Amino acid sequence: MKLSSIVESISLEVKTGKNNLQNDVTGVYISDLLSDVMANSKEGNIWITLQTHLNIVAVAGLKNLSGIIIVGNRQIQQDVLQKAESEKITVMSTPLPAFEVAGKLYQLLNG
Amino acid sequence: MDETIEGSFQIIGGNFANAGEASMQLKSKLVELGIDEAIIRRAAIATFEAEMNVIIYAAAGRLQYYITPHEVTIKIDDMGPGIENIELAMQEGYSTAPDWVREMGWGAGMGLPNMKKNSDEFKIDSVVGEGTTVKMIIHFS
Ligand SMILES: Nc1ncnc2c1ncn2[C@@H]1O[C@H](COP(=O)(O)OP(=O)(O)O)[C@@H](O)[C@H]1O
Ligand SMILES: [Mg+2]
Repeated sequence: MKLSSIVESISLEVKTGKNNLQNDVTGVYISDLLSDVMANSKEGNIWITLQTHLNIVAVAGLKNLSGIIIVGNRQIQQDVLQKAESEKITVMSTPLPAFEVAGKLYQLLNG
Repeated sequence: MDETIEGSFQIIGGNFANAGEASMQLKSKLVELGIDEAIIRRAAIATFEAEMNVIIYAAAGRLQYYITPHEVTIKIDDMGPGIENIELAMQEGYSTAPDWVREMGWGAGMGLPNMKKNSDEFKIDSVVGEGTTVKMIIHFS
C-alpha cells in the first residue's frame, strides 16, 4: 500500500517529506525504544512513536523506513522537522494515541 | 574496488544532534559500492549503536571505518569512564543510562548486544578511567 493512501485514510498531517508519499509501506513497527527500532524494524515500515527528538530522523534514515507517525498531537521542534526535510524523511502527525493508529493501520494493511 | 576506502569521525560526548552522521556516511559508501542490503543493514545498526555509546557515556571519541573488497572494519575509541564489568555490560537489558537519556528512548541495554549480533567479529576492550575501544568486522560474503 502506498503511504499516500494511509495518510488519506487516517487523516495524518504530513509535516515533512511530501515527495515520498508514493513510497510503498511494507508494514508497521511500534516502539519508543530507539535501539529496538534499529534492531527490529524492517525496510519500508512506518514507525509509530511518541519520540520527537532529532535521533528519530537518523533511525528512520539508517533503516530506510517509509515514514514516522508521531502520535498524541506531540509538538515537534523546528530543528527536527528541518533535519527530516533535508534527509527526505516523511514525518506525520496525528492527535490519535498509538493504539488507535495501530488498529486502523492493522485493518488497512491486513484487513 | 581494489583499494581500501577509509573514513574517520570525531564524536563529541553529549552531542545528540549529530548522532548518526558517521553511520550515515558509512552507509552511503556501502550503498555506492553496491554491497548487499542485508550487510548494509547490519553495518548501520552496529555503527549507530557504537556512535550512541560514545555520545551517551564518553567525553569524546573517534570512529574509523575501512572498507576492503571483502569486509568492512569499524573501530571506535573513546575517552570516557571505561567499563568496569564488560560481561555485565554485554548482557541484554543492562544499562546505566540516566533517566533523561531513557526518556529519549535510549538506554534499553541493547546496544552492545546488537553490535555483537550484527558483526562477524567483535572485540571490546576497556580501561576504567581511560576509555573504551570497540572493533567490529562485517564480512561481505
Ligand atoms: N563507550 C562506553 N563507555 C562507558 N560505558 C559504556 C560504553 N558503552 C557502553 N557502556 C556501558 O555499558 C552499558 C550497556 O551498553 P549498551 O548495551 O549499549 O546499552 P545502553 O547504551 O542502552 O545502556 C551502558 O549502560 C554503559 O554502562
Ligand atoms: Mg548503548
